[in-house]
Amino acid sequence: MAVQEESVLPGQTTAKGKETAENNIPEYVIKPSHGWVSLNLKELWEYRELLYFFVWRDIKVRYKQTVLGAAWAIIVPFMDMIVFSLFFGYLAKMPSDGVPYPIWNYTAQVPWRFFANGLTNASNSLVTGANMIKKIYFPRIALPIASVLSGFVDFLLAFAVLVLMLIYFRYPPSLAVLWLPYYLLLAFVTSLGAGLWLGAMNVQFRDVRYAVPFLTRIWYFVTPIVYPTELVPEALRPLYYINPMTTVVDGFRWVLLGTDTAPGSLAVISTVTAVFLLLTGAYYFRRTERTFADVA
Amino acid sequence: MNTLAIKAENIGKQYHIAKEKRKYTTLRDVLADKTKAPFRRARNLLRGQATGAAELDEVFWALRDIDFEVKQGEVVGLIGRNGAGKSTLLKLLSRITEPTEGVIRLRGRVGSLLEVGTGFHQELTGRENVYLNGAILGMQREEITRQFEAIVAFAEVEKFIDTPVKHYSSGMRVRLAFAVAAHLNPEILLVDEVLAVGDARFQRKCLNQMQSVGQSGRTVIFVSHNMSTITRLCERTILLEDGRIVADGPAHQIVAQYMASGSGTSAERVWSNPARAPGAKVARLRAARVRNDQGHISDAIDIRRPLTLEMEYEVLRGGYRLLPHFHLYNEEGITLFTSIDLDPNWRQRDRPAGRYTSIAEIPANFLAEGSFFVRTSLITLDPTIVQFTEPDVVAFHVVDSMDGDSVRGDWAGPLSGVVRPCLTWRTRFEPSSNV
Repeated sequence: MAVQEESVLPGQTTAKGKETAENNIPEYVIKPSHGWVSLNLKELWEYRELLYFFVWRDIKVRYKQTVLGAAWAIIVPFMDMIVFSLFFGYLAKMPSDGVPYPIWNYTAQVPWRFFANGLTNASNSLVTGANMIKKIYFPRIALPIASVLSGFVDFLLAFAVLVLMLIYFRYPPSLAVLWLPYYLLLAFVTSLGAGLWLGAMNVQFRDVRYAVPFLTRIWYFVTPIVYPTELVPEALRPLYYINPMTTVVDGFRWVLLGTDTAPGSLAVISTVTAVFLLLTGAYYFRRTERTFADVA
Repeated sequence: MNTLAIKAENIGKQYHIAKEKRKYTTLRDVLADKTKAPFRRARNLLRGQATGAAELDEVFWALRDIDFEVKQGEVVGLIGRNGAGKSTLLKLLSRITEPTEGVIRLRGRVGSLLEVGTGFHQELTGRENVYLNGAILGMQREEITRQFEAIVAFAEVEKFIDTPVKHYSSGMRVRLAFAVAAHLNPEILLVDEVLAVGDARFQRKCLNQMQSVGQSGRTVIFVSHNMSTITRLCERTILLEDGRIVADGPAHQIVAQYMASGSGTSAERVWSNPARAPGAKVARLRAARVRNDQGHISDAIDIRRPLTLEMEYEVLRGGYRLLPHFHLYNEEGITLFTSIDLDPNWRQRDRPAGRYTSIAEIPANFLAEGSFFVRTSLITLDPTIVQFTEPDVVAFHVVDSMDGDSVRGDWAGPLSGVVRPCLTWRTRFEPSSNV
């Protein structure tokens, strides 16, 4: 057998497209991996259709056998908004950047829900899919990615309500809205980054399942959702913006409500953390995934 | 390279298992270790060393020194006892888990039927599950759409295709799942025991489907405990034992070797736990045996001697007429015959509850050489209900010692035919008058 020297990176099963004229049968080399491994995004791209089906399944299944169905995507942030408006806005007289507390709070709830649900679902995705992981090969990273992606539907529903509120409270859109996709992307990257870390750990240790609700609650309170950023001392702001969700929430308020919470250059700190979280999460995931089928 | 589909070199797969607990002498040591352990484990976890984090220090090789090649279009059986490493090998080939050492080279896409119905979602309809499952198994969307009608027809669930799978019977679910998997089109197909699904009729359908897959020039690796299926579908078989390849060769030869080693289907099968014995309300199977003419349980039968097949069963409810019967198959899966209990004492009589043994004698010089598999069944009449029907309960080999007094006569070469009866021959002779 004349085996060509294939440049196989460790830990990687390569589908080498040695496609000759008469056949395009791919070849695979399976061997043990050690140390640092490539992210192998090419393979993920080849499996994009599976990714699509995972997202589609998550969306289809999420509200099956519920009476209110997808309405839950709206009810949860909306009820949260009412409760917080009552206690923080009405009773505690929390400052809200000069905007009515309900819409000010809801504007933060919408991206936060997207982030927190994505994080929770991604960290559980591998345990939920353990049966598949043990039986079939596919890039495992598709599971957490699909979990976060499928949250976009809920986000859009909640966002539609936000648009109605903006109309009701008379907040016309400004050009700053062009920044909105950037903040949403930032929430996505952060959610996926943390989700990859927690998801990979969760396969081995179910401790994670108990830690995630706790973690998201802490994260909730280090993000300016129920209180404004202006309450944080100026000197601590750079530190405060290490949390990418600060930029996301302040950004959402800035572009939609016109508050003077534009993250400005502090957004750079947030972006760096988010990207760092995603990259380390992806590498950690790739490094541990080789044992998923054995320990799941 | 063109003719090889799989080349495995020196494959090994190691698993970590928890090591024996250390013995502590003082409470101080216990406390010290318990305090340090979470930190030690967390450190290992952050390094990405799952096994270190779980403190699994003992190692065990599920597979070791596995070397083999499979040519394109070959259908190879993989047999061995439970725990011999068959499933681990399939998992390595399908990339579910990584080998600890060695290299596997594959030429072609790999599709696996390691367990049908993986990824089926209860809340989705049959149609949706076909698409989802197909995608998980590696089919493209157009490919599924193109084959959709065939899949649904094969599964025989046309009427329920838009019903959520949770309302399916388990039989329907399994049929649909198998149908999706059976329409996979990879160059290399890995199959693990999937034929143990559905009723007998559907099993036959699956078997035929697998047979046509084997003939279509695709490479197939087939794991089964069913020896008659192995010999029927595969030309070559690999025998694994304790994680190593112990034999590799023509299927019937390896199957015979495996069964002779006493690890496969043997000459005796006893269900000591009645709860696990096959059966229904009226009767259940308790044991089946093959005996030679000395009355000893034996799986090697001299072609010149008779043998007996024995079925021991329990009648739990009296008052039914029973029809115990045997089916005998050869290694190609051909049914040689079905024989029904004709004992005049019990024929057309209701049987009281109790333990029975039905014995059938197969005459000498009747079966051909080779391996035979027995299915034991029992039905109750009026109404006709199958109480149990158990394939491959026992097996035996008929051997010819070539002493010259068998039906072979003086011929030592291959002899075809599913039976080899001793017929009476006469030769008339007329001398030529004018020599």
